[in-house]
Amino acid sequence: MADTAQVIQDERLKKEGLGTRLLRRPELGAIAGFVLVTAFFLYTADGAMFTLSGILNFMTPAAQLGILAIGAAMLMIGGEFDLSIGSMVAFAGLIFGAGVVTLGLPLILAIPLTLMVAAGIGAINGSIVLKTGLPSFIVTLAFLFILRGASLVGLKLASNGSTQLRGIRDAVEGDWLAPLFSGDALGPLFVWLADIGLVETFSNGTPKVTGIPVEIIWFVVITLVATYVLLRTPFGNWIFASGGDRDAASNSGVPVRRVKISLFMFAACCGAIVAIITVMDAGSTDARRGFMKEFEAIIAAVIGGCLLTGGYGSAIGAFFGALIFGMVTIGLTYTDFDQDWFQVFLGGMLLIAVLFNNYIRKRVTGER
Amino acid sequence: MALDTNFHHGDSPKDAPPILEMRDIEKHFGNIIALAGVSFDVRLGECHCLLGDNGAGKSTFIKTMSGVHKPTKGTITIGGKPMNFSSPREAMEAGIATVFQDLAMIPLMSVTRNFFMGREPTKGVGPFKRLDVERMNEVTMTHMREMGINLRAPDQAVGTLSGGERQTVAIARAVYFGARVLILDEPTSALGVRQTSNVLATIDRVRKQGVGVVFISHNVRHAMAVGDRFTVLNRGKTLGTARRGEITAEELQDMMAGGQEMAQLEGSLGGTV
Repeated sequence: MADTAQVIQDERLKKEGLGTRLLRRPELGAIAGFVLVTAFFLYTADGAMFTLSGILNFMTPAAQLGILAIGAAMLMIGGEFDLSIGSMVAFAGLIFGAGVVTLGLPLILAIPLTLMVAAGIGAINGSIVLKTGLPSFIVTLAFLFILRGASLVGLKLASNGSTQLRGIRDAVEGDWLAPLFSGDALGPLFVWLADIGLVETFSNGTPKVTGIPVEIIWFVVITLVATYVLLRTPFGNWIFASGGDRDAASNSGVPVRRVKISLFMFAACCGAIVAIITVMDAGSTDARRGFMKEFEAIIAAVIGGCLLTGGYGSAIGAFFGALIFGMVTIGLTYTDFDQDWFQVFLGGMLLIAVLFNNYIRKRVTGER
Repeated sequence: MALDTNFHHGDSPKDAPPILEMRDIEKHFGNIIALAGVSFDVRLGECHCLLGDNGAGKSTFIKTMSGVHKPTKGTITIGGKPMNFSSPREAMEAGIATVFQDLAMIPLMSVTRNFFMGREPTKGVGPFKRLDVERMNEVTMTHMREMGINLRAPDQAVGTLSGGERQTVAIARAVYFGARVLILDEPTSALGVRQTSNVLATIDRVRKQGVGVVFISHNVRHAMAVGDRFTVLNRGKTLGTARRGEITAEELQDMMAGGQEMAQLEGSLGGTV
């Protein structure tokens, strides 16, 4: 019994050190993990990994996963799961591909169309979960298969029997919106950096790195916006509240349904953004796009400090969770290790993260 | 425990009009009649205790008062105006705040975030509208100190507070947001002796600020300690309202239990219940 905790200066309260206060930050585990993984590769990997082009090389897959992970993390903080975001990448890729190739839409129409379809499916997912009170796990598991199957069937219809839709690069060539979703950003900056000798150049004078792939910019921007929303807006408070205790939040006047449905829509849109970027990059779309990504995104979110039970976590954490992923996937190729260690690493990392988060939760809530 | 000597009573003028009045409230769930005509009122600055055993209909009645349920029959008036709540939010806007047993507190969130949950103050305009964190922290610290709780930091998680402290946060929050009527659902039922007296002291403090308190309990001693008036609910009906001093704890106890059986039991237990 904690009966007497109400004296002016309670002698039983120990002063909290900086360490304990830091421990309460949800992203701490992911940042620590990131430092460890970086140290590991600095020691074992070929030096090329940490040159500018090497870093961009592992940042690109990290960003593609990370955009999904931010969506998954926000939804998890709000107390729900979405297992369909991986399949959503394939399905949104189909919608986008069919939009630009089959219907010949310009990007200014095709991109909003793709995002709207994704948001609509997210809203359907969310409505079913909230209407029925079923676990989101099972409802979105159904959509994992529905969307994957629909992508296959749709691709066959759009491409006359093949499971791949080609010709996207030609279709979007020259579209004024294309640079926002494909290729490298900040090109002129890198030319300038090369001129003053900060970036290595080929013998003809063009920089070896021509810019930052757009997905990295998207990834950073989405992380910053998500963090701002979580920590500095009323809506962020509602997300934590809805995930922490749905009834308590709703009794306090938080519009829980609206919050959760918007989060499902946001997660689905994250899938659609990844789809648009990767499809434009590859110039084609296929039904296996985003395969198993839902699990990787959730793992990145968990490594980032999100509790499976909701109400706790951070976007910065998911950011570092995704970076760890990218580093390990690509980094192993720079080492002498067998690349298939990747999955062992994945499982191990997840297990450690869950144990660590569980411990942190007990610290935060003062459970004994 | 001589709690009742600590508080003063009878501040409210006897003929002041009630701020909240419930008339002949009935609530049916299918073929179950949970409330069969309950009348109840509360004035500003008084503590009106609603007593009843488990299953007497207390919870249903509170939920009707706080806008969770719509009454099947009967009227609710606030300050003389008839009201028809369709959500707890509407009741809150009309000045009726309810502190439920689960407290509507989220252990993983900080005291400040809990304090302002659903009613966050913002600064800035348009897309730059953001939480006014400094003000949130300051208000929380000040109001908790007024209620006798010194927080280590405003970002301390609610999970680290004791049951009585959480109860106090919930009450302070309701009062800060302008509650004219504060409904407390069994605030002392899960607490130890010392925390109970802290919560009762909080109720007294809130009443002195001119808030009408509805104190729901099945513990007659806790009710007698702070109550100005007492209403007993039994099997979905009120058995009448008594002022402080007009009724003894034993009589209230008997009414709650429905009379006889309790009297027999009490005989065999030697008046210990």
